[in-house]
Amino acid sequence: MNVAIVKYNAGNILSVTYALERLGVSAVVTDNVELLQKADRVIFPGVGEASTAMTYLKERNLYNVIKTLEQPVLGICLGMQLLCSFSEENNTPCLSVFDESVVSFLPNGTDKIPQVGWNTIGEYGSPLFNGLAPDAYCYFVHGYYAALGPDTIATTHYILPYSAALQKNNFYGVQFHPEKSAAVGEKILQNFLDIK
Amino acid sequence: MLAKRIIACLDIKNGRTVKGVNFENIRDAGDPVELGAFYAAAGIDELVFLDITATNEKRKTLADLAKKIAAVINIPFTVGGGVASIDDVRVLLQNGADKIAVNSAAFKNPELVSALAKEFGSQCIVVAIDTKQEANGEWYVYLNGGTVATKTTCLAWAQEAAKLGAGEILLTSMNHDGTKAGFALDITSAVSKAVAIPIIASGGGGTMAHFEDVFTKGAADAALAASIFHFKEIEVHALKSYLLDKGLPIRL
Repeated sequence: MNVAIVKYNAGNILSVTYALERLGVSAVVTDNVELLQKADRVIFPGVGEASTAMTYLKERNLYNVIKTLEQPVLGICLGMQLLCSFSEENNTPCLSVFDESVVSFLPNGTDKIPQVGWNTIGEYGSPLFNGLAPDAYCYFVHGYYAALGPDTIATTHYILPYSAALQKNNFYGVQFHPEKSAAVGEKILQNFLDIK
Repeated sequence: MLAKRIIACLDIKNGRTVKGVNFENIRDAGDPVELGAFYAAAGIDELVFLDITATNEKRKTLADLAKKIAAVINIPFTVGGGVASIDDVRVLLQNGADKIAVNSAAFKNPELVSALAKEFGSQCIVVAIDTKQEANGEWYVYLNGGTVATKTTCLAWAQEAAKLGAGEILLTSMNHDGTKAGFALDITSAVSKAVAIPIIASGGGGTMAHFEDVFTKGAADAALAASIFHFKEIEVHALKSYLLDKGLPIRL
């Protein structure tokens, strides 16, 4: 299996590479258009800030390349948010693959922002979650979230219910970090690799 | 529901785990990578690797270590110990660390915290505070591994650090550290309520009930311990089962 990880100005891409290696898959980290288009799977990872990332993608023509990929694509954390229509983080128009938009958690006086830690996901509606127990714990680190919408394929709850994962056609996105979510995350990554 | 986190801390010197650990199930308990993997498999929620080496070679050693850990471990980990600059942090993050702990350097140069938050995002910046309650009842910040006193209160520094963009606070009570008499509930709770970022309580955990107390009475978001895990006085899975039974949100 030929897996490409989108190379851009976002953090912690190495962890995704290692997580795939632990599954026996050697991925290439690249911003080369041809390599991205020819890969069997593309992973769009990311920890960082939305507007800086979008500017970078536009400058390198990755904007159109990512949007028009035809193989299964998995956005992780910021990668998922960038596949949404719009992010409130510095009011950034995003790639608009998913219809949902990304908004900021509002303080409720008790829960801390950003959310940091292990939270449960549920209401699975995709083969991405095959074989998982209900309410499986995944590792989240984020201050913005994608609202519930037609593309929601798993939900979670922090301050309010929102999308833990999205899917539209060949595009998948997860708000949590499967590469840091122990056995549950490994199962989700394997399921993504196994998508027919 | 967001789980309360249990964190194991490994002290590293010259690339090796210190605080004599004794495990039957692993080949080399002195190897931080192997010990970390053991804890990850046992269900720990996060790991903290604290380098206590004092040499110029340290930065490279720590970066190499981060890379080895990232290759093997499938849960989040924090690296710290003598981190003093944006470059230090960049190298560690590029080598796979999820978060970086800064302590004395952040206190001496608070602008470092805002610079790091801006450059890398608050989510990966942990401000570690060593604090000690003195005779007047007030909790003060201590630096350089607890050897240098300051006149700044723990609460004041925690609030400033949060304002500067720290993503979490790792709060160690020097009065409680190593006592196994329980966490410092009062200061942990005071800091947790005063700032809007997660608090990791450290120092004093000796029984399972102490962990329950620090989450309920201490309002901690996470609890960290070292030797009680290393010496198997408390097993991670048993601790988490206990806390779950007590009604706390825990990942098992």
